[in-house]
Amino acid sequence: MIGRFDAKIPPGPLAQKWRNHRDHSRLVSPNNRRKFEIIVVGSGLAGGSAAATLGELGYRVRCFCFQDSARRAHSIAAQGGINAAKNYQNDGDSVYRLFHDTIKGGDFRSREANVYRLAEISNNIIDQCVAQGVPFAREYGGLLANRSFGGAQVSRTFYARGQTGQQLLLGCYQALCKQIAAGTVQMFPQTEMLDLVIVEGHAKGIVTRSLSSGKIESHTADAVVLATGGYGNVFYLSTNARGCNVTATYRAFKRGALFANPSFTQIHPTCIPVSGEYQSKLTLMSESLRNDGRVWVPKRKEDRDKLPGEIPETDRDYYLERKYPSYGNLSPRDISSRAAKEVCDEGRGVGPGGRGVYLDFADAIKRLGEQTICERYGNLFEVYEKITGENAYKVPMRIYPAVHYTMGGLWVDYDLMSNVPGLFVIGEANFSDHGANRLGASALMQGLADGYFVLPNTLPNYLAGQMGKRPSPDFPAFQEMEKEVRSRIEKLLNVNGTRSVDSFHRELGLLLWDKCGMSRHEKGLREALKRIPELREQFWHEVRVPGNGDDFNQSLERAGRVADFLEFAELMCIDALERDESAGAHFREEHQTAEGEALRDDENHAAVFAWEFQGDGRPPLLHREPLNFETVHLTQRSYK
Amino acid sequence: MNFLLRVWRQANAKTPGKLVDYEVHDISPNTSFLEMLDILNETLVRGEKEPVAFDSDCREGICGTCSLTINGEPHGPDHPGAVCELYMRKFRDGARITIEPFRVGSFPLLKDLVVDRSALDRIVQAGGFISARAGSAPEANSILVPKHDADLAMEAAACIGCGACAAACPNGSAMLFTAAKVSHLSLLPQGLPERQTRVLRMVSVMDAEGFGNCTNTYECEAVCPAEISASFIAKLNREYARAALQRGAGE
Repeated sequence: MIGRFDAKIPPGPLAQKWRNHRDHSRLVSPNNRRKFEIIVVGSGLAGGSAAATLGELGYRVRCFCFQDSARRAHSIAAQGGINAAKNYQNDGDSVYRLFHDTIKGGDFRSREANVYRLAEISNNIIDQCVAQGVPFAREYGGLLANRSFGGAQVSRTFYARGQTGQQLLLGCYQALCKQIAAGTVQMFPQTEMLDLVIVEGHAKGIVTRSLSSGKIESHTADAVVLATGGYGNVFYLSTNARGCNVTATYRAFKRGALFANPSFTQIHPTCIPVSGEYQSKLTLMSESLRNDGRVWVPKRKEDRDKLPGEIPETDRDYYLERKYPSYGNLSPRDISSRAAKEVCDEGRGVGPGGRGVYLDFADAIKRLGEQTICERYGNLFEVYEKITGENAYKVPMRIYPAVHYTMGGLWVDYDLMSNVPGLFVIGEANFSDHGANRLGASALMQGLADGYFVLPNTLPNYLAGQMGKRPSPDFPAFQEMEKEVRSRIEKLLNVNGTRSVDSFHRELGLLLWDKCGMSRHEKGLREALKRIPELREQFWHEVRVPGNGDDFNQSLERAGRVADFLEFAELMCIDALERDESAGAHFREEHQTAEGEALRDDENHAAVFAWEFQGDGRPPLLHREPLNFETVHLTQRSYK
Repeated sequence: MNFLLRVWRQANAKTPGKLVDYEVHDISPNTSFLEMLDILNETLVRGEKEPVAFDSDCREGICGTCSLTINGEPHGPDHPGAVCELYMRKFRDGARITIEPFRVGSFPLLKDLVVDRSALDRIVQAGGFISARAGSAPEANSILVPKHDADLAMEAAACIGCGACAAACPNGSAMLFTAAKVSHLSLLPQGLPERQTRVLRMVSVMDAEGFGNCTNTYECEAVCPAEISASFIAKLNREYARAALQRGAGE
């Protein structure tokens, strides 16, 4: 293995680890920073905030994104909010409680030290964003407003209408623009990273392709930061943007970086159900809707084709309120999603195909008036009407779970550095903070914590020993990698088959959703592991990628990404099979309590599963990082 | 449903483009406009023809990537909303639909329906930010912002940066885009220290990028997917006049 497999958790009491670590980390002095070149791939909340902050500190940064502007990264679509332990509502919140909720929400499959640091930093993020001019919701006195969110019993979520991700991203995009103007950050939009270059065991650059001109180029650096988001699009249909992909992190995996917990994928409970074969994406309806909406299905399956208004109160099953009385409709995402699947599997699902449940606002409208509901969720109701043609003020919304976020990602240590020295991974692209399930309003928190506050403090710890070690782009490793990238593109263009890239992607997605989606079992996973290599084989014989490589070619872009998904999907299923327990979003049907809840196996599986690439066609090698809980007591999660 | 599409095809900025006719059949009314184009592209690939290049990403109206002019209207007939939020049920069966890129001199064409909107990024780089170095921020609630101001700032900040305002404007003006950012930041107390330089620099880069001037036709407001009010342009003009006067007076 390249580098070391050591989480490097600092010693000392949990609450002092981060401070102790910073007190003893190495630094790079201001006049030396401009001698270091840092590559940041991705310009979302994690990448954008990291690139801007490193630029402010005086490093020379090159930031890459495949979108035509840094402002369009998919963080922009996050709706609900961002958590922080400010306790502005005086309702008993604290850093410890946010930490505890997050680690419990993750079903005890994340690192204590990382999660505690995240909770600690959460307050600085709000300060930072307000200073940048993020227009968070306010109360009449001018103070910041909060709301509650799934999986929490306090109101700690800060929000900007239903567009919190957009406003936070624009905040860091603007900080990035300032650094671009100042000359410390050079931006490369419409440029996709196609491989990682390792020189003498250290990550020292990347090979990219310009999506507008097709030009292949090498970029050298003293360190490479991947902030390339999640891989939810492996399922084809997800709430992710069309361009989201696994290529950067999967290429890094093939160059020696460990991939951790790839099977941990979050299925979000409140999305608009699938309506047709040619659907290209699923749209999320913010979880905040569950604050006022009540989830139900008919008690009897005979009633499922009736209009919702024809089903009297006594014939409705408000199953979340019934099963989880203390959290009710605000139960965590994994639990709510599975409960929806369960009632639909019983034949009580509503809408076309029977894959849907009602999210009903009638009681809230009666209690608060349509005006208030409109103020709170007006834009979401409009989106719903645009997509379905239905008015949710009059008839209940129909929702169903959809793939939304990936907790798995490249393995990183406490410094957010992978096992490959010099390769840092931040935001959704790493695995570190959400365990087996992420709580609402904590993805934005993690992306910004990593970019504004963690990485700028941990990167110097590596850089301090790297002065003058940046190779020139003529170095053979770069030439070889460019050649490999070119031949891969040629190969894709020369298959010249008959099927479109999307048709393979769709088929892979359906297979994974069925076998490695909301619930998994050994037999299904083995079937998927048999089918995926066959599908991959077909892809390389039957795909048709029109056009050429030296041009703007969207089919080629997608073909490269789908080719990587076709390999990565196998890794997901291998991980899901190996994790012979249920934990959070990973529900193995073989392991459940009498009430159908996820049953963990702490004795054997309280560990991070980190996979090492062993060569094409060979099974990856598993490394287990045991999770040691010093502060938290492991319990069966209960939201009853 | 069936449609006759007239699609702008152009290999690159150097070669001339033209409208080409295509037919699509059996489209469900619940298909989005972009999904309808996906279906067209699948057919083209199967028929060994080159698919139509068009931009999109989030497909839920927030990233601002999609940028089509449909029957002469940026983002098509269903306002407010981006093209990705447009559904085929809004068209009549058998309709003839003309699809072109956003046509603005400052947005050079890359291919077919895709244009380069980096001029908008350069306007923001000129000053569309508040300088707040990470680590130096004061406690969030030490800055009070009246709810009305915060709400108004949010209305301006909702801009998705798609450029439809400039595409709809007979003068190719980016005033609504620039006004939204200037207004968002100058409505907040945090934005006041840089208020003067911000507006002067942003307007100067906006002009240098070749965007036209505003002559109050309000086409921008009509097509804006984020419903940014043209009254922010009035605010931009006030901000600009104020800053220019202050600068002229040596303040």
